[in-house]
Amino acid sequence: MERKVVIPGEVIVEGEDYLPGENTEKRDGKVVSLRYGLAEEQNNLVKVIALSGVYAPRRGNVVVGKIENITQNGWIVDIGCAESAFLSINEVPRYVNKDAMEEVFKIDDMVIAKIWSIGKRGIDLSIKSRGLGKISEGIIFKINPNTVPRVIGKEGSMIKIIKEGTGCNIDIAQNGFVVIEGENIGIEIFAKKVVDFITEKPFISGLTEKVTKFIEENKK
Amino acid sequence: MTEKFKRGDGRAIDELRQIEAKVGVVPNADGSAMYRSGDTIAIAAVYGPKKMHPQHQQDPSRGQLRCDYNMLSFSVSERIKPGKNRRAMEISEITKWALEPVLILDKYPNQVIDVFIDIIQADAGTRCAGINAASLALAHAGVPMKDMVSSIAVGKLDKTLVVDLTKEEEDFEEGEGPTDIPISMTHSGKITHMQLDGKISAEQLKDAVDLAKGACAKIYEIQKKALKDAVDFEGGK
Repeated sequence: MERKVVIPGEVIVEGEDYLPGENTEKRDGKVVSLRYGLAEEQNNLVKVIALSGVYAPRRGNVVVGKIENITQNGWIVDIGCAESAFLSINEVPRYVNKDAMEEVFKIDDMVIAKIWSIGKRGIDLSIKSRGLGKISEGIIFKINPNTVPRVIGKEGSMIKIIKEGTGCNIDIAQNGFVVIEGENIGIEIFAKKVVDFITEKPFISGLTEKVTKFIEENKK
Repeated sequence: MTEKFKRGDGRAIDELRQIEAKVGVVPNADGSAMYRSGDTIAIAAVYGPKKMHPQHQQDPSRGQLRCDYNMLSFSVSERIKPGKNRRAMEISEITKWALEPVLILDKYPNQVIDVFIDIIQADAGTRCAGINAASLALAHAGVPMKDMVSSIAVGKLDKTLVVDLTKEEEDFEEGEGPTDIPISMTHSGKITHMQLDGKISAEQLKDAVDLAKGACAKIYEIQKKALKDAVDFEGGK
């Protein structure tokens, strides 16, 4: 089956052979979409990939957040979804003085962290891996979280092109934040333009070639 | 519906006004849509699902829908006072009831979806235009839904049933006078909202629902096209 855009309530495929996957439902032998998105079928499993909507947190996601508040034993972080996340001092790989927690993270600091659990009480974050922690340099901006897989590309192919083309270090968080760190502000803004080029039309054909061309044409 | 009834703008009794629909008109919103039917234009913007404030209104078992219908002060020929009034509050609530049955909100506890509907130009049928725009905007925002909702006003002018009234027709005074029946239904034909302002027999009301069914099918196709055209493949997939 070819990939296609479906709307809520639309019949994607008919027949008993198909199984309903993510964002779909079975109604009288038909697989019906429950969400606006791209429908695709793999091994008779039909699912709908979301094209829009707010970020839905999942375990293992790397996210960028803003320190909202400091509590007795950790920090409350705003990661751009309905539930705010909690970063415990136990999940910080260094000694934390409980009387001077703002020495580690102040309110309004930006932090890159990993979701290590989602429970009834909320989302817990950790910065105990490489590449996680406070963001001190570079520019941060937000893109539509549903276009993140496109910017990263298959096995990181797209992000590699941008990194090589601009010489910037780029981190893309699953909640839609992009952190760009380059030699100077000019090249950082250029890298942002490349990312914006992808997010504007994320589903056009031959995106990789067009991005390569865009970098070549606009690079000074 | 025996003799040929002449409408002011020459439309057939089951003919809709010219419709235009577009999604993504408000870049700041999580989902948005514009719906135009003749001279009536509605814009809907969806924010959320997000945490419900005030906290005491939170429902830990499911998410909630909050609608806000508003007519802009310049939307009618004589300026209306901006802000909430009795009519706007009624339509806000009606819109919520029309849309809530199709939404799947049990995965969003303590959260709320805000829908703001602004009528920027009014020529009758604003609640239906608002519901159509809101349905599009909710789908565009990626909210899980069982089906789309389409809405249309069926009117009775004297003894004739007509679809999609204009303001001129709403003010019709001859014979039995005007009756206005706004109906919202899902694509599968389930009615989620129906109002009645005027007088109509039970028999004729059934005909009115049948007329609305046909009109809603046409509106559904336009809504479907608007959502599908919003994704730019530039030829490829």
